[in-house]
Amino acid sequence: MASDYSIEVDHLVKQFGTFRAVNDISFNVRKGEIFGFLGANGAGKTTAIKMLCGLSKPTSGRALVAGYDVKSQAEQLKHHIGYMSQLFSLYDDLTVWENIQLFAGIYGLDADVTRRKGREMLKYLNFSSQADVLVRDIPLGWRQKLAFLVATIQDPDIVFLDEPTSGVDPVTRRQFWELIYDAVDRGTTIFVTTHYMDEAEYCNRVSIMVDGQIRAMGSVSDLERQFSAPDMQGVFKTVAQTATRQ
Amino acid sequence: MKKFLSFVLKETVQLLRDKRTLLVVIAMPTILVLIFGFAISIELNNLDFVAVDDHPTAQTEQIVNSIANDPYFTFKGYKSHDEVYNTLRDGKAVVALVFDSDFDAKLAGRNPDGGAPLQVLFDASNPNTATQGLDYLGNILQTRLGAYAPNIHILYNPQLKSAYNFVPGIMGFVFILICAQMTAVSIVREKETGTMEVLLMSPARPGMIVLAKMVPNFVLCAINLAAILMISRYVLGVPLAGSLWAINGISLIYIVLSLALGMFISTIASDQVTAIIIAGVGLLVPVLMLSGMIFPVENMPDWLQWLSTVVPARWYIDAMRRLMIQGVAFDTVRTDTLILVAMTVFFIIVALRKFSNRIQ
Repeated sequence: MASDYSIEVDHLVKQFGTFRAVNDISFNVRKGEIFGFLGANGAGKTTAIKMLCGLSKPTSGRALVAGYDVKSQAEQLKHHIGYMSQLFSLYDDLTVWENIQLFAGIYGLDADVTRRKGREMLKYLNFSSQADVLVRDIPLGWRQKLAFLVATIQDPDIVFLDEPTSGVDPVTRRQFWELIYDAVDRGTTIFVTTHYMDEAEYCNRVSIMVDGQIRAMGSVSDLERQFSAPDMQGVFKTVAQTATRQ
Repeated sequence: MKKFLSFVLKETVQLLRDKRTLLVVIAMPTILVLIFGFAISIELNNLDFVAVDDHPTAQTEQIVNSIANDPYFTFKGYKSHDEVYNTLRDGKAVVALVFDSDFDAKLAGRNPDGGAPLQVLFDASNPNTATQGLDYLGNILQTRLGAYAPNIHILYNPQLKSAYNFVPGIMGFVFILICAQMTAVSIVREKETGTMEVLLMSPARPGMIVLAKMVPNFVLCAINLAAILMISRYVLGVPLAGSLWAINGISLIYIVLSLALGMFISTIASDQVTAIIIAGVGLLVPVLMLSGMIFPVENMPDWLQWLSTVVPARWYIDAMRRLMIQGVAFDTVRTDTLILVAMTVFFIIVALRKFSNRIQ
């Protein structure tokens, strides 16, 4: 990839009938950046993420993710991204190890590579003794951390996290972010949506989406200055108030 | 291929781990076959009969004895002309044989203008009982009465054993319900828990995800098929007269069809309850009513017959009856088989297309 950006979005639109869920958004995300994608429920975040992951075709506009066009190269694109959703994304009736094997299999990893990566992963989490435990029997915080590592098992260029920490206590959330920082150190780009404004402050840059459009974008300190708010909570409130659609 | 295998492995582990469902799926068909084949016998046993005979002769006694010795009938003694109607009305007997006082002569043809030598009174308040009982009786009497008896031929199932008819019906019923429901529920469950979303974000192709779900269910149903055939043959004594290759081959096609139907249902249903209702209740009534499992299709009004042509079980059950009981050659069930194959292809294509479309 010649570009310095891992995500390039140019006038992206998604229209359902007469409703513009995503109404002409443009932004770039640098390689190795943590990009926070904020917005109230119904602002169009999920639709935007689905387009960026190649799961939903844009009505118009263009987006390059990891150098692939989301419209025409969706299948190649999928090999270079990881995804973890707010809904729990591992199978709770499979063991920890079986989950690792399944996702490694989906990305076509060899049995040797899978074994090596799986062991590393569990060791990294201090979780080696739990390999044969059913996922439903391990605590939620652990599951989320494990889900993150499983979502990155194929060493993706970009990881999309859709509210990864909702319902998780602050301590585990902090630990979760340490995993994210480690991934960034290895060169991964992080694209994350969240409800928690304290989490927004971990991001290099954030954007705030309102009514299908991006109404504010920049680093947390820039935004606080621009909207003369003491913290991100204040910024978000000011921007979200401009919403007109239900 | 490696991806596909890791999905098949995952589905198999999940299926084997869900012990309760597994037990139901494995035990239910066997139990149903045993219940319908054995316990719920619609064969008539112990039909009570009485006789009215003013002038007993060696011949009339012989007839009464031969019926009394038949397992289907129980002799309740001789009655007078006056008593016989009350006996029937009170339900103390369902059949009465009334011998003419000139029986021997009439039977020998020496009194052609005097009427029939024997009158049979049948309580037909339960028409099924009456029809079948009459058939049995006709069979017995024929040998005794010669020219005077109705000329009844019962083919293929001379004992009118109900298991013969029910086993193909149960097979048609069980496979479509179990397969459709298992597939539909397992796909919809992934939609509900959000794992499907994750899979769709991965390089795994939707068709592959869905086909991988069919594999362990297919194996399970093949085991069920073997169990049902063994029980039919060795426990219920169904002849399995036709080619085993044809019986198994058509059954496996039908299983794939049912799995594909489940896939199709999963594209309509958004949650597990809906999937269960559509696959369970929605299939139950047409399969029960229109497949010929219980009510013969030939006896239905034309519009119902037309409607029944879209019920896959109708074609399968028809083919199985012919193969298992009549033992016909494969040629005879070729139409049934072709229709089943066409339906299978149709459901797979429609389901796969809908499945991929929904994602875009």
